[in-house]
Amino acid sequence: MLGQLIVEGLAIGACYALFGIAVVIIYKTSEVVNFAQGEMAMLSTFVAYHILAYYSYPFWVAFIITMIFSICLGMFIEYAFLRPAKHPSLLGLIVITLGAEMLLMGVAGWKWGAEQKAFSLPFSFQSIHEPIKGIIINDWAIAVFVTAACLMVFLYLFFRYTKLGVAMRATQQNQQAAKIMGIRVERVFSFSWGLSSFIGAVAAMFFAARSTLDPAFMMDPFLRAFAAAVLGGLMSIPGVVIGGGILGLVENLFGYFWPEWKPIVAFVMIIIVLCIRPSGLFGRHYVKKV
Amino acid sequence: MDMKRDYYEDIRLFESKAVLFWSTVFLSFLFSLPLFLPGYHFYLLNLILVHVILAVGLNILVGYTGQISLGHAGFFAIGAYSAALLMIKLQIPFVFALPLAGFIAAFFGFVLGLPALRLEGPYLSIATLGFGLTILQIIGHWDFFGGRTGIQTPPLDIGLPQLGFSFVVETDMSKYYLILVVTILLVIAARNLMKTRIGRAFVAIRDSDIAAEVIGVNLTIYKTLSFSISAFYAGIAGALFGFVLGFFNPEPFNLILSIIFLVMIVVGGLGSILGAILGATLITYLQFSLLKNIKEMPYIGDFLVAVSNQWFTVVGLENFSSIIMGLIMIAIIIFEPLGMYGIWLRIKKYWRTWPF
Repeated sequence: MLGQLIVEGLAIGACYALFGIAVVIIYKTSEVVNFAQGEMAMLSTFVAYHILAYYSYPFWVAFIITMIFSICLGMFIEYAFLRPAKHPSLLGLIVITLGAEMLLMGVAGWKWGAEQKAFSLPFSFQSIHEPIKGIIINDWAIAVFVTAACLMVFLYLFFRYTKLGVAMRATQQNQQAAKIMGIRVERVFSFSWGLSSFIGAVAAMFFAARSTLDPAFMMDPFLRAFAAAVLGGLMSIPGVVIGGGILGLVENLFGYFWPEWKPIVAFVMIIIVLCIRPSGLFGRHYVKKV
Repeated sequence: MDMKRDYYEDIRLFESKAVLFWSTVFLSFLFSLPLFLPGYHFYLLNLILVHVILAVGLNILVGYTGQISLGHAGFFAIGAYSAALLMIKLQIPFVFALPLAGFIAAFFGFVLGLPALRLEGPYLSIATLGFGLTILQIIGHWDFFGGRTGIQTPPLDIGLPQLGFSFVVETDMSKYYLILVVTILLVIAARNLMKTRIGRAFVAIRDSDIAAEVIGVNLTIYKTLSFSISAFYAGIAGALFGFVLGFFNPEPFNLILSIIFLVMIVVGGLGSILGAILGATLITYLQFSLLKNIKEMPYIGDFLVAVSNQWFTVVGLENFSSIIMGLIMIAIIIFEPLGMYGIWLRIKKYWRTWPF
């Protein structure tokens, strides 16, 4: 029983981690907490739903179109909403992304209505495997694990060995110095928003398959994923993965014993952790100068 | 641009005779509104006043002290529930229950202020956000608070029914007078508070908390104080909000409401009392009146319905308000970071030196 709970917790934790990575990529490069992340992913998932439901293309075609759409959406939001703001404060940035969140939610609600829709992936919950006796794992969970692992490896190689990845890390460390070295910082921002939107859309498809699809369905997973990212320190990708894993485990175990308090256990845990370590578990606390 | 020559000029309630005159005119206009406005407008006016109280309080925290809060709907809910429950379960008269609700919310503000001491930016926003959701969840799950079904507010008796004289406020119009008096008192209190040592300490923390600490501002005291005062205002506003609605459940106090509160002060102008009042008025009017009935608007309504039929769904047209809100939030940060107060300042400056 316990093993089963742990596997399920890790699966949902990996989902949070996937989405948390999307949050972290934007925060790492441009120091913006993107509250519109969930709604960007929600809109992309709705595009996939629309293609599947009205044009009945095969899944992989819908997937590719959705991914292109999500990358364009992320770049568009960065270009149209964040770039024109001159020297915004931290609160100003948060308000812009909150505004983008409400805007996207309104657009999705206007286009597709508020009723819940069923969204299904090729990986079903029904086909189950039993690798170890007593522990059941379904196709959805396997797909989440594989996707998360592939993405981790890809991001590791990307940030380490490609020019663009190194440019992104340089931008994160010091924007001015990066500019002097000939990096077009604006393009790096634009690209990181596209990448993050792409990862978010993949994660949102898993979330949509697990629950239902409606304009507000990403709000809750986004907050959990954000909590996981904060738990991991908002700065490191391995930190987010560990944070997501811890969050998913604690939530699932706690939710089994006290189901009525499951929705808030993540936030109570976050507040407690932040009291002890204000920059998350793996974040470094920078000393500020006046 | 307003040069102050000595301290007493700074702390005066009315800066000049003109301000005194226009304030008197405006207040008498507010008090005489029931004479010529039909009764069904007063529900909206009450909502606006309640949101003005909350926005002024939130502005003390966000605009003056520079801390961010995405959990003010939680304090709002605490105020609404404590006032109603104090009156139902403990039979406390309204005149005491109202400040008590404020103090209960202030206590929670103090509690939330403690972890907030060490947090900033995104960490603080997730902590306050988590607080708001936790409060909502607790209220929704305990039958003591009425659960998901909600609770009915007791009759609003502003006398002392235990001592024999009771004065029940029933209509929206008479509630309007009650809320108006409370609002005026709280707005003046907030304005005066910002001129004192406490207000200046808040501003110092906003501008640079480390520098403030160096010159002798005790961060622990003033940050928690800012949270408490802000929560106190939210509590009072919530208590009045409960009586405006008459019957409420946990549902309206959600995360979107916290965001709307933040929009109010950002649109109005951070760090100014007048801005908070303007922003709360505009956003409440848009959110609860104009955009709610967008289909009935002349020209635009028909056009939007036609557009919806062509490309969107007519059922989802109510989401249009959320699109407008989002655009307002983005546009105000990009084009006018000081909000409506900034526009007002520019108009004033233009006319003061007019021909030149």
